Amino acid sequence: MSTYSTNEFRSGMKVMLDGEPCAILDNEFVKPGKGQAFNRVKLRNLNSGRVWERTFRSGESLEAADVRDHEMEYLYSDGEFWHFMEPTTFEQHQADAKAVGDSAKWLKEQDKVTVTLFNGAPLAVTPPNHVELEIVETDPGLKGDTAQGGTKPAKLSTGAVVKVPLFLSEGEVIRVDTRTGEYLSRAKDQ
Amino acid sequence: MQSSSWPPAATPALLRARAELYERLRNFFRQRGVLEVEVPLLARHTATDPHIDSIAVTLDGADGYLQTSPEFFMKRLLAAGVGDIYSLGKAFRRGEAGRRHNPEFTMLEWYRLDLDEQQLMDEVEALLGDCLELESIRRVSYRELFESQLGIDPHRASAEQLRALAAEHVDVAWQEADVDTWLDVLMTHVIEPALGRGLVFVYDYPASQAALARVATDAQGQRVARRFEAYVNGMELANGYWELTDAVEQRRRFAADSARRQQLGLPELAADEHLLAALASGLPACAGVALGVDRLLMQQAGAAEIAAVLAFPVDRV
Repeated sequence: MSTYSTNEFRSGMKVMLDGEPCAILDNEFVKPGKGQAFNRVKLRNLNSGRVWERTFRSGESLEAADVRDHEMEYLYSDGEFWHFMEPTTFEQHQADAKAVGDSAKWLKEQDKVTVTLFNGAPLAVTPPNHVELEIVETDPGLKGDTAQGGTKPAKLSTGAVVKVPLFLSEGEVIRVDTRTGEYLSRAKDQ
Repeated sequence: MQSSSWPPAATPALLRARAELYERLRNFFRQRGVLEVEVPLLARHTATDPHIDSIAVTLDGADGYLQTSPEFFMKRLLAAGVGDIYSLGKAFRRGEAGRRHNPEFTMLEWYRLDLDEQQLMDEVEALLGDCLELESIRRVSYRELFESQLGIDPHRASAEQLRALAAEHVDVAWQEADVDTWLDVLMTHVIEPALGRGLVFVYDYPASQAALARVATDAQGQRVARRFEAYVNGMELANGYWELTDAVEQRRRFAADSARRQQLGLPELAADEHLLAALASGLPACAGVALGVDRLLMQQAGAAEIAAVLAFPVDRV
């Protein structure tokens, strides 16, 4: 595996630190007028999600982490694992609850998602920014109540609960931003 | 390279601000009778400081270096009797790149005969006041800073005490280090960010960080380096010395640098015999200071990144 020196550290680079895969978020070079130079590096631990800052002496190096993003199709969940497939090789991967995390509530079968593999095993799953999901449970739609504010909770087919305008009813398909969990619009082709 | 990186980084207004700043600086020294000198950027010797990495090149088939400061040549001019001098030119340092660093940068360096570093601070204050609106001005010793903010005497603390203190504030990637490394960690991570706005001079550095400054005993009987640094709004702008003039002591410091470089596995650098000969022939008593001109421009423009004030920062060359 290759190594990176502090002066090569860039945002987005994946490195091994204390045996954990980490993503570099920021790298700041600091130096007193005379004396030792340092790099203050902000990292995210890709296992725990924890973000923190560590200082290196300039010139120190870290091993690169074998962390890569792959576009995959979400197949199904068996209750314990979520199953994904590489569309070109048909190779399948199973991710546990720790890797899938909060993304589980946005996963719809056959959607294309990003699976981050660390040494070949799923480390994280990122849903598309926008997903289209069906409302399976909400209070009845109020006729004539146009989009002038006012929302109600709606449960979607994947289990996620989002706030939607009052005029929507069960069975309708809506677009949701998975990064914010916010309702965007009715799905285009219903 | 991406085709998008051909245009300059600095705006036309900042290119003009740089030209105006150079004129202002030259006027400042003209009025004070200080002579502008130009010295080589490419030479056979360079700074031996283990924390300064020179860019090595080939010069007539032998080792050459892009100069990290005009200091050695300026001291040879001083020893030759030219009197008060300044240089406004480029300097190069390998690996120094970041929000406040570019490997090629512009340095203003000047020397004043018969002044000590406290008197030179007065002149730095006048120059900065000419270029910037300074909210406040204060002078504080290195010891006072460490005592008031960290409750420790930096001249007497052990490496272990400093390591424990650093561990309270900073997550570092190593365990072992010498006193000066821990002092540098605390200075850059804890003290500098708390210096606040305005102009702050820090003076009387630990004797182990004397570089090319004189070492003398302070009022409390402590050996200190007669050095200062000027910070504006928390950013280090200038570094000044009451200059070492003793050739024997200078040779000893070159040897100490060389030993330290060997310990750290750094390239060996020969001492500049021309400088030592100039000191032996008699360097007049003087104080000197180097000031980062790009950073001064950053302060004038309110720029957060050095790249914003450079026509072509290192990622566009």
